[in-house]
Amino acid sequence: MTAPILSVNGLTTVFETRIGTLTAVNDVSFTVGPGEVLGLVGESGSGKTITGFSILGLIDRPGAIRAGEIWLKGTDLRKLAPDALRRLRGDRIAMIFQDPMMTLNPVLRIDTQLIETILAHRDVSRGRAREMAEAALAQVGIPSPAERLRAYPHELSGGMRQRVVIAAALMLEPDLIVADEPTTALDVTIQSQILFEMQKLMAARQTALIWITHDLTVVAGLAHRVAVMYAGRIVETGPVDDVLDRPAHPYTHGLIHSIPSATARGQRLAPIRGMTPSLIHLPEGCAFAPRCGRADAACGTAPAATDIAPGRWLRCHHPLEAGA
Amino acid sequence: MLAYLIRRLGQAALVMAVMATIVFFGLYTVGNPIDLLINPEDDLAAQEAAMRRLGLDQPIWVQFGHFVGGIFEGDLGTSFVHNRPALELILSRLPATLELVFFAMLLAVLIGVPLGMIAGLRPDAPSSKAIMAASILGFSIPNFWQGLMLIMLFAVYWGILPAGGRGDTVDVLGIPVSFLTWDGLKHLFLPALNLAIFKMSLVIRLARAGTAEVALQDYVKYARARGLSPSRVIGVHVLKNILIPVVTVLGLETGNAIAFAVVTETVFAWPGIGKLLIDSINLLDRPVVVAYLMLTVFMFVMINFLVDIGYSLLDPRVRIQARGR
Repeated sequence: MTAPILSVNGLTTVFETRIGTLTAVNDVSFTVGPGEVLGLVGESGSGKTITGFSILGLIDRPGAIRAGEIWLKGTDLRKLAPDALRRLRGDRIAMIFQDPMMTLNPVLRIDTQLIETILAHRDVSRGRAREMAEAALAQVGIPSPAERLRAYPHELSGGMRQRVVIAAALMLEPDLIVADEPTTALDVTIQSQILFEMQKLMAARQTALIWITHDLTVVAGLAHRVAVMYAGRIVETGPVDDVLDRPAHPYTHGLIHSIPSATARGQRLAPIRGMTPSLIHLPEGCAFAPRCGRADAACGTAPAATDIAPGRWLRCHHPLEAGA
Repeated sequence: MLAYLIRRLGQAALVMAVMATIVFFGLYTVGNPIDLLINPEDDLAAQEAAMRRLGLDQPIWVQFGHFVGGIFEGDLGTSFVHNRPALELILSRLPATLELVFFAMLLAVLIGVPLGMIAGLRPDAPSSKAIMAASILGFSIPNFWQGLMLIMLFAVYWGILPAGGRGDTVDVLGIPVSFLTWDGLKHLFLPALNLAIFKMSLVIRLARAGTAEVALQDYVKYARARGLSPSRVIGVHVLKNILIPVVTVLGLETGNAIAFAVVTETVFAWPGIGKLLIDSINLLDRPVVVAYLMLTVFMFVMINFLVDIGYSLLDPRVRIQARGR
């Protein structure tokens, strides 16, 4: 296996609130290699977005990274000075946000926002930066890019804006892109176009990609490996086909079986019982135990990460048999 | 754009007409200027002559008819007291007030916006709390007392700035201005500061509220995620988004300051139009009061128009559709 681009080790991010300390990301570890797509899956509030922001060093007070290492190609990002980390952001690591309507600054033109990004990282002339921006827009399939450059965000559709944001992420050829549900706010046809183009561009450039989503169907089509998060922890990870076809963690199993499918037409859906726990009052031991049909006394202690196959591990005292 | 401007001017003309009518008749009911203007010891014939000269012997609607007729000839009447055309009188005093107000607004923006942004970015820092406390003070202190305190501090205790007057002026395009001479600048500073403190407090609060809101927006986090320098994020991405409420309020406040700088002008003996208005009201100098208020309405409308243009420069989403798409 080639050396990973990103290697996260024991990342723990907490938020100090008035009612207590909230552990949003709890001892999270994973790696992403060149050209690899890691799907980071979980419900709202499972900590997947905070994991993304932690990698970029964009955790604001009252939040803070409490522990862990974030290695990007041999550099521990947590040990970098704020200014050095800022220079990496947008250049070596790019992020794509969830809602294209809210991401671009409404009062600045597209060219202003793309060119400022280039000038923040590259010592090039303004004219050269404009050419680079135009080329980036063309690359993500935006028609007449020179004209679009002069537009304001509100003059473009949602899909077009998300393409602009994707172009901004690809523009400086980063090593890693963190994409936080970039297609969730778009309609399905635009979503599939964008997924297709992202996949093509990632493969061509060997960029590592972390795709944060709650949508398992997107992950199935796009990712190589998947990590399932629950209440701040990764509960199961492995190659995407293995995990989705033969989930071993009861939570993963529940997630997959709560998706409506064409073959189960007319049958009741099988939702996971109960609610996502509050991160402040997490149960002792396995956080999923109160909602889990297989829980017993052993689940009162936190399950350790257990390898069940090469590149595949989970945290559960009572895993489902592989293939169940 | 042109149609828009014409519509705005039409509205202005209507407001000016209604306002002028109300003030004209209103002042008539307050009292007869002749009682204040003539020497009570004059004989009846001299009084009659004076009234006839000023046109005050005629019925009020005839006087109003003359006034309206005069407007269309560009004549807003002649001051009863100064015996000069009212408009000329006002325009001779206007540059002093405009200069004062302009510098006050400049101070309010250049100091208020950065302080407000500091307070909005770090709401819990002691410096931010000090800024907000100071802005409450700036809001609350009565303007005339604040002016007197400034004079006491700068002119009496420290003796570094003059207490009043306008100082040396230089003519630019025939208009006397004081900011181009050192002496004039020294005279300008205290009254401008006095006028600015209230506006500055207002701007601080607006800028802080705006910054606190904008700083949480996705596009600010995204700007940081692209690795832009903090000065670019704050100085461009945040600043441009908080300026709209600031511009709105400053527009209104500028009109206010021009029309009602009278307290500051009185305290600092600044020879502006505010002082002229108060004197004219006291002497029931109707042509000056009416002309002054008409000019004020006109300026308010113009300032609001400029504010609208300012919006479209700041926010492309409210841009007046000039080009067809």
